[in-house]
Amino acid sequence: MVTSGPGATNAITGIADALLDSIPMVVITGQVGTSLIGTDAFQEADIVGITRSCSKHNYLVRRVEDLERIIHEAFYIASSGRPGPVVVDVPKDVQFAEYEYVGDIVTEHKTYKPILDASPSVIADAVNLIKNAKKPVFYTGGGVINSGPEASKALRELVELTGIPVTSTLMGLGSYPSSGDKWLEMLGMHGSYQANMAMHDCDLMICVGARFDDRITGRIDAFSPNSKKIHIDIDPSSINKIIQVDLPIIGDVKSVLNDIIQLWKDGDCAKEQPSLDPWFKEINEWRSKNSYDYNKTKDIIAPQYAIERLYELTKDKDTYITTEVGQHQMWAAQHFKFEEPNHWMTSGGLGTMGYGLPAALGVQVAHPDAIVIDIAGEGSVQMCMQEMSTAMQFNLPIKIFILNNERLGMVRQWQQLLHGSRYSSTYSEALPDFVIMAKAFGCLGLRVSDPDKLDDTIKEMLAYDGPVLVDVMVEKHANCLPMIPSGASHNEMILEDVLADTEVSDAGKRMV
Amino acid sequence: MTNDKHTLSILVDNEAGVLARVIGLFSARGFNIESLTVSEIDKSSHVSCITIVTTATDNVITQIKLQLLRLVPVHSVVDLTLGPPHVEREMALIKVASVGQKRVEALRLADAFRAHTIDAAVDSFIFEITGSQDKVNQFIKLMIPLGLVEISRTGIAAISRGSEAVHDLED
Repeated sequence: MVTSGPGATNAITGIADALLDSIPMVVITGQVGTSLIGTDAFQEADIVGITRSCSKHNYLVRRVEDLERIIHEAFYIASSGRPGPVVVDVPKDVQFAEYEYVGDIVTEHKTYKPILDASPSVIADAVNLIKNAKKPVFYTGGGVINSGPEASKALRELVELTGIPVTSTLMGLGSYPSSGDKWLEMLGMHGSYQANMAMHDCDLMICVGARFDDRITGRIDAFSPNSKKIHIDIDPSSINKIIQVDLPIIGDVKSVLNDIIQLWKDGDCAKEQPSLDPWFKEINEWRSKNSYDYNKTKDIIAPQYAIERLYELTKDKDTYITTEVGQHQMWAAQHFKFEEPNHWMTSGGLGTMGYGLPAALGVQVAHPDAIVIDIAGEGSVQMCMQEMSTAMQFNLPIKIFILNNERLGMVRQWQQLLHGSRYSSTYSEALPDFVIMAKAFGCLGLRVSDPDKLDDTIKEMLAYDGPVLVDVMVEKHANCLPMIPSGASHNEMILEDVLADTEVSDAGKRMV
Repeated sequence: MTNDKHTLSILVDNEAGVLARVIGLFSARGFNIESLTVSEIDKSSHVSCITIVTTATDNVITQIKLQLLRLVPVHSVVDLTLGPPHVEREMALIKVASVGQKRVEALRLADAFRAHTIDAAVDSFIFEITGSQDKVNQFIKLMIPLGLVEISRTGIAAISRGSEAVHDLED
């Protein structure tokens, strides 16, 4: 809920972020009185106009008689189908008006009708493709998370039944457990070697609630050239938008997966399936490259090591992770292991620096007794650091874990790769002292730069009953690897830190 | 894959901002609009019909259709070019100012094209012409040397042939 004018315009980034990551959200914005709309009144902004292209739907409530219906519709539209943000702009006179509340919950709409169940014939086609595949792979995304915990359960069951390896996008982490033996780790630009190679070499790709984002596909014309592709998505416009698929299945992930499971069991399909052993032999060779390996520096904390230790010291607790955007986000995705859905909140599609801290506050409100950690960079955390005051105000004991390399590391990495190490605006000589800053807000501030003291600092952070900021001084020039450079295909990953010597084509540079 | 011209008929709820949503979608996603007509067709149920002519490859046309269907107030989208047989018409008002032989020739051509003269002064005419876009284009071309001053065109209106309503067929 935000006020009119600047309050509403400040919410735009969050709304756009929710649209790209399909996050259900209802934003109620204040508006000037209906008689003043269109007169350039004080704190007036055309919010339905501004948010039209960055929301799933929006409303201007001109009459109090419409308010109840619109609010119910807003929640229904935001949370059903492909979820997304809905904006309700409420003028001041409507806010003050009185009207009877009836309480009719909206469960359908005359024009908006999401398709939830797929037809039996496409389910049968899918089962047929799956049982004949020799090198299949599940490519799962945020749609599995959005479909609810039941969808993750169904995915796990289907993987168990079919024995097919699973990879996931950034947004889908946690839908399949990291400890599972079919887990290939994340795919895409900073995904694992085995996940990307499996995507490239598979003969059947089963895309579940993912949308072939450019950070996933790399070069389109070289994307998984020899595979049949099944695409399960609740949004028909996602089908064939980027990649042409052989079998589109429109429906809710949970319902479609359960239908496939049912038919698979009924047909006793596992018996007809070819052995996947040769496929796993290939995969295990790729796995043996250990593509997430990094240089374990002795005197300086490697950023990946900091995440690893954070994971080890919190894995037995009820832990939720949010992130900002940049290298720390990718390292968190690679080195923090997720076992359950909805424990990982990050800005994927829009890539919004500043997401993690306010998101952590929201998660902490939802899970008051859990440990909520915002894994941050020193650049991103400054985008919304005023929210530390909110943490104090509402007694939200969030933990802000900054990987401080004194650089906007991801941008610096790209400047090294694409711009011949001509660095610009990625180094700050004027960073705040985060420990003093934390104290100024009334939070606990800690700093660590010695790898040997890292564990103790993390333990101190976890033990403190209140908001904590930990400033972890890490290796300044570590690059986020492995990496598919722009304009390259999945089988052209960079595994070692040879960024300075990597040739990127002009076409690739333009893609970024 | 070739770029073909398609005529899309879009049935929408006539609520505030619905046209802006449709147009905004085209501009934001880089689709083009060659012509657009919109009007309420059912006052009691607040339904409007938007007819858009666009040129794109088949894949892009499919995307346009699916993206339009994501908009909450959109009832249905029919690609008339790929769908059932249909007719298309455009109306134009054309002002021609000339005297003497040119004025006579303009009037003679208007008659040949079955354009109506809806306003006449001693030195000008306004013609109303209805027909296929080609016919309207051709008439305008002929009027250029005869003193063409101003044009107002409606854009394409289109409807399927036969006894069925095309949007009912979709549902």
